[in-house]
Amino acid sequence: MILQPSSRLSIGFGIGLALRRQHSRPAEHVALQASRHDEATNISAPAKHSPQNSRVAHMNMANAVHSALEAAMELEPKSCVFGEDVAFGGVFRCTVGLQSRFGKNRCFNTPLSEQGIVGFGIGLAAMGWKAICEIQFADYIYPAFDQMVNEAAKYRYRSGGMYNVGGLTLRAPYGAVGHGGAYHSQSPESFFCHVPGLKVVIPSSPMEAKGLLLASIFEPDPVVFFEPKMMYRTSAEDVPTGSFTIPLGKARVISTGQDITLVGWGQQVVVLMEAAKLAKQEGVSCEIIDLRTLQPWDRETVIASVEKTGRLLVSHEAPLTGGFGAELVAEVTKKAFTSLLSPPVRVCGMDTPFPLVLESIYLPSALRVLEAIKSSVLY
Amino acid sequence: MLGHIVHRGLAAGGFVAQHTSVLPALSQRLFASRPSDDKVVSVEVAPFAVHKINAPSRHVETNVGELSEMYKMMYKMRRMEIAADMQYKSKMIRGFCHLYDGQEAVLTGIEAAITKEDSLITSYRDHCHNLTRGGNVANTMAELFGRATGATRGLGGSMHMYNKAQKFYGGNGIVGAQIPLGAGIAFAHKYRKEPNVCVTMYGDGAANQGQKYESMNIAALWEIPCIYVCENNHYGMGTAEWRSAKSPSYYTRGDYIPGIKADGMDVLAVKQVTAYAKQYALEVGPIILELDTYRYHGHSMSDPGSTYHTGFEINFVVLPRNP
Repeated sequence: MILQPSSRLSIGFGIGLALRRQHSRPAEHVALQASRHDEATNISAPAKHSPQNSRVAHMNMANAVHSALEAAMELEPKSCVFGEDVAFGGVFRCTVGLQSRFGKNRCFNTPLSEQGIVGFGIGLAAMGWKAICEIQFADYIYPAFDQMVNEAAKYRYRSGGMYNVGGLTLRAPYGAVGHGGAYHSQSPESFFCHVPGLKVVIPSSPMEAKGLLLASIFEPDPVVFFEPKMMYRTSAEDVPTGSFTIPLGKARVISTGQDITLVGWGQQVVVLMEAAKLAKQEGVSCEIIDLRTLQPWDRETVIASVEKTGRLLVSHEAPLTGGFGAELVAEVTKKAFTSLLSPPVRVCGMDTPFPLVLESIYLPSALRVLEAIKSSVLY
Repeated sequence: MLGHIVHRGLAAGGFVAQHTSVLPALSQRLFASRPSDDKVVSVEVAPFAVHKINAPSRHVETNVGELSEMYKMMYKMRRMEIAADMQYKSKMIRGFCHLYDGQEAVLTGIEAAITKEDSLITSYRDHCHNLTRGGNVANTMAELFGRATGATRGLGGSMHMYNKAQKFYGGNGIVGAQIPLGAGIAFAHKYRKEPNVCVTMYGDGAANQGQKYESMNIAALWEIPCIYVCENNHYGMGTAEWRSAKSPSYYTRGDYIPGIKADGMDVLAVKQVTAYAKQYALEVGPIILELDTYRYHGHSMSDPGSTYHTGFEINFVVLPRNP
């Protein structure tokens, strides 16, 4: 009834849920969609193996997030969704109808205090609830940064496992949107990747968003879930209407190639695909990896890919210096040094505050990525 | 309210827009009978609500010249914001655009009570602040369009306009971030022994930010001449104040810092209370002004405002108070 797809899926999901509750470390996840996502799947192709009797709906990312939140609130009665303006549906319509369906005690507005929102969420999660808090734009997350770093990330460790805030999920729209300027476009993911105790997850399509968000909510560790706001409306595909999860810590190989490995996340994955298409015309075959989870990131998949291709390109919107690309490059260089045919390269946003009218110059466009691919291949 | 005063203070028809060329003789006659700028006008404004301080006098003396300057400024602000609205809808202005229409009397009244040696800092709803602090409609609109001729060379956009020469510190994107900055600026005035204050403007949404309380504690402790102005337009983005604040009496929330609440749609009340506050700030320390106002648009151009500004509100509560 609640889980519309097949009983096998619903039982499997229930098992996964029960396993989670018993162990403090994430149990072997019963990821029923895992096999589908391990394959090289084109991002825009329809699902190859849908669960039996599942129904799909054409959803954009905002719909998919909404669908995940609704499913989570159904599955877990002790869950709350809160943040600024979420009651009327939120500024991106991700929380429409949640208050009328689940009541004011489970979906409610907060005052304009990010530190308060997250601190409150940490307390709720420490009591065993699923606290799904929303920060309206990732640019506003910094007042809450202390709570995330010093409280959420360290609670389990410093209490010797007595308490934990695994039920905390912090959602925030991030990334460039075309006209956001300095305070509606930032990509702060690397700050959170630097904090042991937190997980950082970024989807790159509606299907990914729903599966990863459900996984994040039920993950027994606090997760920061950044949603690429550009994709709320521009990215749409068929997504199962029932519950499903995508494993955290596992990257997705979007397309296989021989000459260079391109790694990205969120909206940047679309840019990498464009660049790969252009590169193909020049005879370069690219392997594209969507990292999905940044912390902990899927070392095996990326390193295996670089050992095959010999070249690495990482691309993200966030500024170059200190961006998460640096971490990937350092680790891959160490582990796959003898396989490298050229120095790993990062194509990123510039080391300036996010501009207003100069956005198209600032962002790592497909042409900049292509240029870097070519210079890597010609090294 | 101002319209009523203007009508009372002037000879009939003194401010009729002379756009009809049909009756030149009539217009000549009207100009000839226009009152002089220094004709004094006395007004009694609505009572103030006070917290730990005596109220200023309700009796305000002004003159025709000042009233006409205020009217011109507010009218210019209104026309500019409406023009920005139209340009945004035609996609000539992109990005975020937070309009100030409905709140003009707040800024006009404040500027009438202070000088350009006093500092001013506010949030992202700052187009009109650029007008009063050395800018003009052309460079404000240019900044909105992202042109290099704009107030901040096209680099700031709608939310970030500044003017160093006239001590306007912006133009700040993060809600409430300007409040501690305002205390710091005011401290610099005191340190340099200048007879100046910093007017630190924020909204009812920002009133729940932790950094506001940190700033107020410091300002009160060190007796900093900071005038905290809460422009209460009753909505933080889409959330009404009664949903977000346990106490919507923002003028009392400074606790040990005195506060005065005035009608933000009445430019003379705003001027009166600001002048009083400046005197207090220079002699004693920080003070909070809560100015009750309303924004006709949504929070920004991306927000229609229709989900929370009800028709009833607009027709029966707000329009009669149009500054």
